Amino acid sequence: MAHLEDARTRSATEPVDTRLKRSLRPASMRLEWWLPASMFAAAMLGWEWLSRSGRLSPLFFPAPSVITLTLVRLVLSGKLASNLAATLTRVLLGLALGGFPGLILGLMMGWSQRLRLIIDPFIAAAHPVPKIALLPIIMIIFGIGESSKVIVVGVAAFFPMLLNAMAGVRQISPIHFEVAQNYGASPLKVLTRVIVPGSLPLVLTGARLALNSALLLTIAVELVAAQKGLGVMVWFAWQTLRTEELYASVAVAAILGASFNLLLQRLTAHLVPWQVERES
Amino acid sequence: MISPNPMTLECQRLCKEYRTRSGVVPALENMTFSVAGQEFLCVVGPSGCGKTTLLKLIAGLLKPTSGRIICDGAAADGRPGNAMVFQEHGVYPWMTVLDNVAFGLEMRGVGRRQRHDQAQAFIERVGLASFAHSYPHELSVGMRQRVGIARAFVADPQMLLMDEPFGSLDAQTRLVLQEELLRIWEDHQKLVIYVTHDIEEAVLLGDRVLVMTGRPGRVREEIPIPVGRPRDLSNMGRPDVMEIKWRIWKTLEHEVRQSLWIPD
Repeated sequence: MAHLEDARTRSATEPVDTRLKRSLRPASMRLEWWLPASMFAAAMLGWEWLSRSGRLSPLFFPAPSVITLTLVRLVLSGKLASNLAATLTRVLLGLALGGFPGLILGLMMGWSQRLRLIIDPFIAAAHPVPKIALLPIIMIIFGIGESSKVIVVGVAAFFPMLLNAMAGVRQISPIHFEVAQNYGASPLKVLTRVIVPGSLPLVLTGARLALNSALLLTIAVELVAAQKGLGVMVWFAWQTLRTEELYASVAVAAILGASFNLLLQRLTAHLVPWQVERES
Repeated sequence: MISPNPMTLECQRLCKEYRTRSGVVPALENMTFSVAGQEFLCVVGPSGCGKTTLLKLIAGLLKPTSGRIICDGAAADGRPGNAMVFQEHGVYPWMTVLDNVAFGLEMRGVGRRQRHDQAQAFIERVGLASFAHSYPHELSVGMRQRVGIARAFVADPQMLLMDEPFGSLDAQTRLVLQEELLRIWEDHQKLVIYVTHDIEEAVLLGDRVLVMTGRPGRVREEIPIPVGRPRDLSNMGRPDVMEIKWRIWKTLEHEVRQSLWIPD
């Protein structure tokens, strides 16, 4: 690998000394890191001051310290854990319910032009429907229990997974299929050695979007019809005008979404080593 | 490693038409030629004359519109009839160099250990020993083409089909790799059909040069190269070789001018 490092260094246009200086600096000292961090801290401090001094109504904008304390209280009382568990269960069940069929059908539609031509009109028609609008229909069919909620979340996760898996297969170069055919690859080998790895980067993007959609729909469903969950917490907090609890719940939902994305980024870096290095 | 290879390939009145939105476009017309034994046949022709189409027909990746391809001497030992080396992007970006080179063996069902051993030996042969576990994006274009060539040789096909494997390389890298290819081929002799647009390359590598006409491609002329083996660049300055190159160019020039609509 030593030659590779050399090649990269030589091909870069930047003078060597400045780049060396930057790479020797620890990550925490880099501008890209501390500038947004300090901007965030400044915004929080400003908010804290505006709220405490009464320039912002504490009813509408409770100070960050108050929100944080509320969050701690929610954690300690166990209220957060039980609601978070309900939300996570719906997100993951919905993802499994919609994501896997979306993945399989997407890969097949990417592979077979005939299948794509037959099914694509239905996908094109169904995809733009706002999924939350399906909830009443699904509740009529499946009742008002947990299954209706998970099904709506599943429907929302299905489409981004399918569309990205299909695009992932279609962007594989025809040469990669010809090479496999030339060496006499069986359909199973084409699937495992060409289609799955070749579409993996976009499949993982699809998984990320599906997870985001699943979270969005879970919260939406919980706002409308549920006994437990982050959406329920948000809704109760609003109905009882406990603003600090409202902010705390929204913060948890935001952290949840961000950690899903981070998790999938890490997973991508691990599973797609041939592409991540190119980006960095 | 020299194995007797009774392979013969005959193309008889081979035609290929493509259907496009603007109608039927003939790519190849009445191509008739044959190759046999361990011949190294180079095919030159103006760009767009259907050279790649010809290779894909022989490889079985395309079906001819009419005409026949007859292969004799197919071995029953599980070796593939042919292996194609593609112009570019032929190696899989998601496989390491080792897995790429072992791909042909893997498709044939050779066990992991054995195919990796065989691939490793060839990776060393093409000078990529320290890159066996690298991914193609970490390599230069020339190194990637060597991976493609190693993959084809490791599969040990009866016939190698090479589609301008050095077309995208700079002139110096190309010279070195051409000589390397000759060396490997002399160790593992087999039937080669090598498509190029480079006359120098065709004369350096081939036992015979087949000159094609512009689109639709036909055989314009077949020219034997009377240079012994082993060959290297030093043969290229000989007067008789220069004369052959000139003759190929005069034949080709007419075709190139016609395909560009520039009169002689």
